[in-house]
Amino acid sequence: MSETMIAYLAARRLDEALQVMADGDATVLCGGTDLAPQTESGSRQYKAKLLNIRRIEGLGSIEAKGDEIRIGATTTVAAVRRSAMLAEIAPVLVEAAEHFASEQIRNAASVGGNLCNASPAGDMIPPLLVLGASVELACWQGGAVRMRRIPLERFFVGPGKTVMLAQELLTAVVFDRPAANFIARFRKSGPRPALEISAVSLALGARAAGGRLSDVRVAMGSVAPTPLRARHVEAALEGKSLDVATIAAAVAAAGQDAKPIDDVRASAWYRGHLVRVFLEEVLNDVRGN
Amino acid sequence: MTSAETEIIFKLNGREVCLKVPVTMKTLAMLRDKLGLTGTKYACGEGECGACTINVDGKTVNSCLMYAVDCDGREVVTIEGLRTPDGLHPVQQAFVDHGAVQCGFCMPGMIMQAQYLLENNPGLSREQARRGLEGNLCRCTGYTKVLDAVEALVDRSKCAAAAGRAAS
Repeated sequence: MSETMIAYLAARRLDEALQVMADGDATVLCGGTDLAPQTESGSRQYKAKLLNIRRIEGLGSIEAKGDEIRIGATTTVAAVRRSAMLAEIAPVLVEAAEHFASEQIRNAASVGGNLCNASPAGDMIPPLLVLGASVELACWQGGAVRMRRIPLERFFVGPGKTVMLAQELLTAVVFDRPAANFIARFRKSGPRPALEISAVSLALGARAAGGRLSDVRVAMGSVAPTPLRARHVEAALEGKSLDVATIAAAVAAAGQDAKPIDDVRASAWYRGHLVRVFLEEVLNDVRGN
Repeated sequence: MTSAETEIIFKLNGREVCLKVPVTMKTLAMLRDKLGLTGTKYACGEGECGACTINVDGKTVNSCLMYAVDCDGREVVTIEGLRTPDGLHPVQQAFVDHGAVQCGFCMPGMIMQAQYLLENNPGLSREQARRGLEGNLCRCTGYTKVLDAVEALVDRSKCAAAAGRAAS
């Protein structure tokens, strides 16, 4: 598509946007913080239409409806960082937002965009995985808006690739209000604290009671083609007394889940090492509390 | 070719602007190349350095990443808009007073970001200023004098607030 022929549309309503997307030939724009560099470098091509979703009503808020927490797709990372509700209900998300890129990027970047970009290093992803989040996908079908939900852990299929169809728009990420005894931690690494694409990230979420963890979820970023749930680590922790032996077993299991590669940001060896260090740190931290 | 251009209307430094922009043009290119406002600088072009920082609807963003079409209906302030009728904006003056400017290339972005931080965080701490300026790279100053300038403004606003309370 020649850039000089791209049609621009700024939708105000969801149904309007979905009708524009119905032919699968629209590039979605929200904050532009990933789209701009990717299209400038040529790693991504524009489709026939550029669809700005930032002005769509109802997609930019953080809400609690009963026991479900809903973060609209166009919510900025800065809004997550400032959210008093999330600080109370899911502080792990606020913590991830705190060290997301820079203030200027947080002011523009959307939560939905960070998910759709599907980077193995996407900083909002591991915390949402340990919260057991799902994504809401909408499309225009048979003259109406159709919605489906996909657990976030099944959303990613490879770097930059998701199960979302070209006709679909991610409208929200949702998760159940965590239990009162839910604990969570997030760690990411890079040579500097800001504007860093994580060499490794790790999140832990679980219910803690009587020195034991249950409903354990561990998520890792930048150790595989997609962010992933570390099932072997989870199994090593589930229901066990969180003692030195359990922590050692969980750390040993990390190698079965993390399959890192060498790239410009870190070597596979370093990533494999770091993810174990992070895991041990967060488990000791939880044990210490 | 004109089919790819979109007309947008927005407020730029307090004045309404109406122009046609190519769909994929970034705000930075529009400001510099279409509107002649060259205070905002192009450096990395990918959101890493902050030299292109502008304020849109009260929040700072990297204008190199922002699509010009998305300015439609919004309020944009650039470094040119910071200047007051009396001369330099207090943030600009503080940077001058503290010797925080060397080559100056990063300064329009740095000052826009500093102004945003000061406006939104009464009693801004030095550490908060460091965190808030993480997205602005400077290769000359080593940041110390930049932080000194910002800190001096915090003190002044604290004093003003305290004076206001005392007076009331």
